[in-house]
Amino acid sequence: MATSAIIFYVVATIMIVFSLLAVTSRKILRAAVYLLFALAGTAGIYFMVDYYFLAAVQLIVYAGGIVVLIIFSILLTSHIEEKMEKPDSLKIILTAILGLGGTAVSLYVITNHLFTPQPTTGVEATMSTIGEKLLGYGAGGYVLPFEVISILLLAAMVGAIVVAKRNKPENHD
Amino acid sequence: MIESVPLNQVLIVTTLMFFIGVYGFLTRKNLITMLISVELMLNAVNLNFVFFDRYLFPGKLEGHFFSLFIIAIAAAEAAVAIAIFINLYRNIRSINVEDVNEMKN
Amino acid sequence: MGYQYTIWILILPIVAFVINGLGSGKLPGKISGWIATVAIGISAFLSYKTAFQFFGSGSHEKIIAVKTTWLRFNEGLQIDMGILLDPISIMMLVVITTVSLMVFVYSQGYMKGEKGYDRYFAFLSLFSFSMLGLVVATNLFQTYMFWELVGVSSYLLIGFYYDKPAAVAASKKAFIVTRFADLGFLIGILIISFYTGTFDFDILTRPEAMTLPVTATFLGLSTMTWALLLVFMGGAGKSAMFPLHIWLPDAMEGPTPVSALIHAATMVVAGVYLVARLFPTYSVLAPDALEVVAFIGAFTTLFAAVIACTQFDIKRILAFSTMSQIGYMMLALGVSGYGGEEGLGYTASLFHLFTHAFFKALLFLGAGSIIHAVHTNDIREMGGLRKYQPITHILFLIACLAIAGIPPFAGFFSKDEILAAAFATHPIYYIIGTLVAGLTAFYMFRLYFIVFWGKSTSYTHTPHESPVIMTLPMMILGIGSVVAGLIPFGSYISSDGVPLKGHIDWVVATISVVLALVGILIAFKFYKTESAKPEAISKSFGAFYRSALSKFYFDELYIAITKGVIFRFVSKPLAWFDRNVIDAFMNLIAAITNWVSSQIKEFQSGQLQKYAFIFISGVIIILLSFLYANQ
Repeated sequence: MATSAIIFYVVATIMIVFSLLAVTSRKILRAAVYLLFALAGTAGIYFMVDYYFLAAVQLIVYAGGIVVLIIFSILLTSHIEEKMEKPDSLKIILTAILGLGGTAVSLYVITNHLFTPQPTTGVEATMSTIGEKLLGYGAGGYVLPFEVISILLLAAMVGAIVVAKRNKPENHD
Repeated sequence: MIESVPLNQVLIVTTLMFFIGVYGFLTRKNLITMLISVELMLNAVNLNFVFFDRYLFPGKLEGHFFSLFIIAIAAAEAAVAIAIFINLYRNIRSINVEDVNEMKN
Repeated sequence: MGYQYTIWILILPIVAFVINGLGSGKLPGKISGWIATVAIGISAFLSYKTAFQFFGSGSHEKIIAVKTTWLRFNEGLQIDMGILLDPISIMMLVVITTVSLMVFVYSQGYMKGEKGYDRYFAFLSLFSFSMLGLVVATNLFQTYMFWELVGVSSYLLIGFYYDKPAAVAASKKAFIVTRFADLGFLIGILIISFYTGTFDFDILTRPEAMTLPVTATFLGLSTMTWALLLVFMGGAGKSAMFPLHIWLPDAMEGPTPVSALIHAATMVVAGVYLVARLFPTYSVLAPDALEVVAFIGAFTTLFAAVIACTQFDIKRILAFSTMSQIGYMMLALGVSGYGGEEGLGYTASLFHLFTHAFFKALLFLGAGSIIHAVHTNDIREMGGLRKYQPITHILFLIACLAIAGIPPFAGFFSKDEILAAAFATHPIYYIIGTLVAGLTAFYMFRLYFIVFWGKSTSYTHTPHESPVIMTLPMMILGIGSVVAGLIPFGSYISSDGVPLKGHIDWVVATISVVLALVGILIAFKFYKTESAKPEAISKSFGAFYRSALSKFYFDELYIAITKGVIFRFVSKPLAWFDRNVIDAFMNLIAAITNWVSSQIKEFQSGQLQKYAFIFISGVIIILLSFLYANQ
């Protein structure tokens, strides 16, 4: 078995385990940290398929941005020491059955489908290719989604400020 | 890794991750932990895109860019979601999903 | 030079209707009246222009000025909309726009300060549009559509004072009765189009094309006769012919100018116009139907004249007089033949329609002027008005003389032609016609003497002459009532298009004039000053007088039939069925829906995770079903 395969299995196991912990831990701050590990594992897999730029984005945006944001909001809204109450067992059982069923169906499809992998050729995901493609307006260029995303981010920023802003006290005159 | 691990096996990993996210989304009561579950699902989907791109259509980079955009959208979504949570907490002193049921019936 | 501009005769009133209708309540002051008046004024001008152009050209052929296909059923059968110009339609255009214009101007004075001034002029414009569209129709179907529009606007105007129960009842009565008659009209149209494959007047009335393959018979009469009888039923409904006359007296609940325009001069003669329009068809294909027309006309004219002698409501007297005069027109059409001297009745009928429009509109406007001054409809509460309303008095006298057929006023010429035509056909018709001429003179002068002479009633406030805006139109109509009879009508309008030399039959004329003078003399004796003689005479007639006073109990008869028979044995069971079976079924469905919704609304719990659970389950189930289907 190749070394890369072994590394992959290890990383995959870590990711699955931390994912499970993230959704079951009854301490909310810990759940956020477990999520961070799972996301870091994902970044590792991106490294392994030679998508360095994507891996870097994953680390910066997810780990550096979203998880920090989540932790902030946890600090703002919850008591860290407090254990979250356990969901009722019927709900757990039903949801587990649903999840397992979904997994079974998906795995059935995945294992029964014959994929034909192509040999690795063509463009490598170097920084210059990514930059040219991201701002390219010819065939295979992504300038339109890029612009749309930038407007979306702007809108999200404005929206987040407006929503989270404290309402002005109402004037009772 | 691409040569040594077949596509079926990596897809098993992403599938598991996705349904773990689903499980969390359906059982957790705290809205922030539900958001964490959603991030897990998004992540699984991202991985799927990257793997399909890498294994089946090498060199096209389409899955790569899709993942990139999804990450951007996830960031925007998390920002808005957390703004909503904070506002909600300010109004009803709780971010428990079961308390947010004003629009029932 | 073409006739395309005639389309504007139609467009202007409908534009006025739209403006006034949409702007109702928002237009400042009296502008709505002016909009409507100017529109109809231009229409009137264009109508006169058309008349001069058409008759000036010397040709009496039908001209289709505007034509557009509206509905196409199949290759042969299609419905057009258009404008047909021929002598009678142009004559009608002139009459309608003239009387309309006068009434519009008059209304500005009469309706001043009334609630719903805008609405009044909107409806009036709609009526003018509908009536003009009716007379220029190129085919039966267009006629029918405008016919119904006329009915609607008549309904709206009778019920103008909608907070008055009598007006509402009258408008409903008018609508239902005429609608019932129109059912016959529609069936007639359908039968005609079925057998001839066309709606066009141009083809229907071409005498040389009268070899229609009509062989089917029903109850001994040919199908065409039945069809034309049914068409006549529609005409009888609009023209208030016996036995469909019951709505006209009640229609007097509307504003008086409306009565003048609609229920005297224009709409009620639509039936006459319809028969005249299809006259060649009647005359060639269904002489039996014409006999019926003549009989009904003769009966109505006598019947209405007798009732008119007994009434006390000024507008109802005029209404019965209108019925009587329209009966004359129908009688004349019925006794007429096609072509040449035979066609005298046709010319006479339309001539009378023409002159009648002037003096009857004048009578109604005069009545309006009187009512405006004394605020009552009952002639027993009037008297000695000639001192207070000199202009109205003179004009009313002119109109009375005209309707009584005293030379040289308009009514004399047309009535004389009718009587001559009747004389040439059947003595009974002639005798009835002459008798009615005397009766007409009597009841009109009874009205005249009671209102303007008679005892001087003490009024609560002194009656005054109407303003110029009301008397001016009356004067113009008065001039029309004097000179309209001098027009050589026969050279313009005749049954076959060949000019008919009109001449006065002096024997007939002398007899009718003498009778009319006798009528006037009796009225003078009885009513010039108050006397007990009328009372005594009406007593001696006893039951006959009482039944005439109650309009021969026709309203009661209709009510007995509808209430006692139709309502009790048809409507009541149907209503019961509707309420207890159909409604119950609907209620059951509603109740079930209600119950189900209350049961399932708990489903919408507001719990986000429940929704997500169901959603994901659904996705998985769909996935499974796809997988199963692909195996």
